[in-house]
Amino acid sequence: MAVDQELKIELGKQGIFVATIEELYNWGRRSSVWPMQFGLACCAIEMIATTMARYDMARFGAEVFRPSPRQADLMIVSGTVTKKMAPQVVRLYNQMAEPRYVIAMGACAISGGPFKQGYNVLKGIDRYIPVDVHIPGCPPRPEALLQAFMTLQKKIDEQHLTGEGRPRFLDSNAQGEFPVPVQAEHDLEPTSNQGVWPVQIQGLGTRD
Amino acid sequence: MKTVEEIKAAIEAAVPGAEVEFVANPGPAAQHSLRLVPHSAVAVAMFLRDDPEFALDFLSNVTGVDWPDKEIAEKVKVTREVTKTVDGEERTVQETVEETRKRTEPGCLEAVYHLYSIAKKHGPLVIRMKTANRSDQTELPSLTPVWRAAEFQEREVFDLYGIVFNGHPDLRRILMWDGFKDHPMRKDYVEPDDFEYEPTAHDEVLKRALEHRAAVAAPGLGTRD
Repeated sequence: MAVDQELKIELGKQGIFVATIEELYNWGRRSSVWPMQFGLACCAIEMIATTMARYDMARFGAEVFRPSPRQADLMIVSGTVTKKMAPQVVRLYNQMAEPRYVIAMGACAISGGPFKQGYNVLKGIDRYIPVDVHIPGCPPRPEALLQAFMTLQKKIDEQHLTGEGRPRFLDSNAQGEFPVPVQAEHDLEPTSNQGVWPVQIQGLGTRD
Repeated sequence: MKTVEEIKAAIEAAVPGAEVEFVANPGPAAQHSLRLVPHSAVAVAMFLRDDPEFALDFLSNVTGVDWPDKEIAEKVKVTREVTKTVDGEERTVQETVEETRKRTEPGCLEAVYHLYSIAKKHGPLVIRMKTANRSDQTELPSLTPVWRAAEFQEREVFDLYGIVFNGHPDLRRILMWDGFKDHPMRKDYVEPDDFEYEPTAHDEVLKRALEHRAAVAAPGLGTRD
């Protein structure tokens, strides 16, 4: 239940600032999302470019990229996730403390990308961990990553702290630890995490 | 650098017991290669590296080739003795019949090395080694003791093709994980069944995606192995 905007402005003119706890709480969280140093491939170069002087991501709150998952809020999966690396990605995600978010940057992290039919390519990291924002592109421009960051900030702003749609860290029944896939003899076991990635396929998107 | 035939002659003159075969490249690049035999390969490699005229000290690439087994159908004329009834009498007659016989020519795996010379600024010289067959005799001598650059690249060839390099200091998989069982770059490799979501499928991928959906709809109706 947010405060009516006009009432807010009127009161503000009188020197009284009115807000809900939820607004303040989410404003604090979204203004300081610290990503984890996690670049896998070419998209990592664009991610680095986004943190440098021209496209500066620190303006948006991504002040410093933490090397440790324990201290990070956001994992930007940038680059192709190979099946050899996939268990490690899920393990690192499990080690992040709630509230934690994932941005799947680039075509490879979303679905396997141009290398989808490769023998070692995982067809999208959202098979194993929940992804909040997907950025299409190969690689997406730094501006696209900034827009994704802003989208994530909007998403955090809109998270209600109570009720059905509350985020995972406030819901004691929600799944906190995601199962790590095992590297079996021919493929990863399981090929996807059914709780995270239920895909209802309507058609195959072909001309047939 | 000398032509490939001259290099072959030089190797055979300098390394006793070396068997070197000239492999012509029919394409327009005409990059002919030399096929070595496993038992003398290391000696030939050392000669190529140490000889002052060739000085091929830079191994730039090791790769593998998979020659699959070939099924050959031949028409053979076979003469047989057949008992036939001719003019009411049973006689043994010789008959010539044309039969189509099928045989399988075993394929092989091959390792290909590209050599350059930094000292003399010439190259490339292409060297090959074939295994005996694709299934159980897939060993070749490792050229890592000669060129250190072969270390990782032979690991990659082992990982993707299955060629076991004898004498390699640390032969294990490099791209796939250690417990992986297949060799992905072989012609008969089948990708695992993770074709749940293929939005723009066509050709091969469409086939696999349809198979996957059929398998999901009716599980247990036959396996892919």
